[in-house]
Amino acid sequence: MVGELEFEKPVVELKKKIAELKEFTKTADVDLSAEITKLEHRLAKLEEDIYEHMKPWDRVQIARHPQRPTTLDYISELFEGFFECHGDRVFGDDEAIVGGIARFKGLPVTVIGHQRGKDTKENIRRNFGMPHPEGYRKAMRLMKQAEKFNRPIICFIDTKGAYPGKAAEERGQSEAIARNLFEMASLTVPVICIVIGEGGSGGALALGVGNHIHMLENSTYSVISPEGAAAILWKDSTQAKKAAESMKITAPDLKELGIIDEIIPEVKGGAHKDIKQQAIAIGEILISSLKELLSLTEEGLVNQRYGKYKQIGKYSFLNDYIGVK
Amino acid sequence: MFKEIFTKTKKIKYATIPSEAAKQDVPEGIMTKCPNCKKIMYSKELVKNLKVCLNCDYHLSMNASERLESFLDHGSFEEINEDMVSENPLNFPGYLEKLEKDRQKTNINEAVVTGIGTVDNQSLVVAVMDSTFRMGSMGSVVGEKITRAIEKADELSVPFVIFTASGGARMQEGVLSLMQMAKTSVALKRFSDHGGLIISIMTHPTTGGVSASFASLGDYNFAEPGALIGFAGRRIIEQTIREDLPEDFQTSEFLLKHGQLDAVIHRSELKDQLSNILSIHQPGGDLEW
Repeated sequence: MVGELEFEKPVVELKKKIAELKEFTKTADVDLSAEITKLEHRLAKLEEDIYEHMKPWDRVQIARHPQRPTTLDYISELFEGFFECHGDRVFGDDEAIVGGIARFKGLPVTVIGHQRGKDTKENIRRNFGMPHPEGYRKAMRLMKQAEKFNRPIICFIDTKGAYPGKAAEERGQSEAIARNLFEMASLTVPVICIVIGEGGSGGALALGVGNHIHMLENSTYSVISPEGAAAILWKDSTQAKKAAESMKITAPDLKELGIIDEIIPEVKGGAHKDIKQQAIAIGEILISSLKELLSLTEEGLVNQRYGKYKQIGKYSFLNDYIGVK
Repeated sequence: MFKEIFTKTKKIKYATIPSEAAKQDVPEGIMTKCPNCKKIMYSKELVKNLKVCLNCDYHLSMNASERLESFLDHGSFEEINEDMVSENPLNFPGYLEKLEKDRQKTNINEAVVTGIGTVDNQSLVVAVMDSTFRMGSMGSVVGEKITRAIEKADELSVPFVIFTASGGARMQEGVLSLMQMAKTSVALKRFSDHGGLIISIMTHPTTGGVSASFASLGDYNFAEPGALIGFAGRRIIEQTIREDLPEDFQTSEFLLKHGQLDAVIHRSELKDQLSNILSIHQPGGDLEW
């Protein structure tokens, strides 16, 4: 098996043993079927134990899995007639973000998402899914176009973050991200955001101001990578695991904090084990989200989005405590 | 006499060096030479291949009627304003004669042909520029015909699709040409504000005032592979900045890389892609839920 993760090693080893036994019974004249069934039972239990009780760090590993399905994987599974539109019409075409028009079960939509590569060559081309300002400006151009033609917008979020580089700063990385947050607020069409891998900070949020935000079960969404947080908090990036536990970055955490709407269940062991099945699960959520949002008026959509972000944040007033006394 | 025995009697061979003109010149009609790879092909085969070189994939220029034939549903085209012709507002010497000569040569009255047609039964208004007429340059008539076509699309609530091919503004009409950039853009803006779909397909060459107005104002800007697209000419830029420009400067591929185009589309795929995009913009449609 390719790309197995540390925490799932017991499962992998047991699977290997079962396979060996099966192979052995074929050649030797011994009946081991009783043992095999027993082991298979144990495997099922072990899988349940491991996959049902994943630690935040395990989820980070799955979210970063090299074979984890990307935006383009889901696009080809979920949409018909996808036509990719390139370029921000100003400076360049950033391949770390893809976008275009398509049909979702008959409905015209605009689809935009971060795009990373699955091998080194593609990762270099896509800058490891870390966009430059032109990527965000392309996304905004396509969102405005969607608004003009009254198409819902679907955003797939999957980035370690906006690219930290000289050229990116020169061309206004901050302005590009800020502009997207600002403009997405007033879009008069439904915007649905789905975190499919890593939701890294402002670079993720720049495609993330939506009416509905969903997360795949094993994806993460955070203000900074666990490594970055560990470096800032404890001046030691090797403490990433500890940071991951304390920062509340998994889908269940964000659901609890009232930031996301739905957790999209993943196939056992992570989305990369069965892309088709995973796409079906995403499709179902999309349908229910769209049904709900398409019933709102333009003003209703803008207000819903406003209210959604308005209620995020925790605070209290000193005067309240005084009042209680 | 004795001497003659030793003289070479070999005939002097004359090699005919074909003139430059003759090299390019292949009997018209039967054969066509690719301007890029110089391969000679049967014209019929070339036309069947949408005038894309069978050897090197070079996209040869298409005139307006070939273009319309290549992507519209057969027999669906209805031309509008075909009888509009240019005047000589600045009394530019020889202008009317040149126009007359190009009318004879091309069988069209101006450098753009406009009308209504369908692509896979989806209605649209189309404008096709023809670079064989005055290098596709834009004067009053080109500007007015395009503006009227945009208004027609607005009136019918159908998409507006334009194929551009132009050297830029028409010098002989001076500032009147310049203002056609504004006229067409103003019309496009109104159409766009009404929700109209604009698709621009830039073909070789799209330069100057045309590239700096309607050609770049599509909701979708496409180009054919290898087309020259730009504002100022290469020579002018090189002379101004005194710097050598990259080989692919101002090609479709260069523009795509620099964020100016949505896509570069091969001529053989154009009709299907266009049809797909038009269908995504059709109102209504059946939802499968």
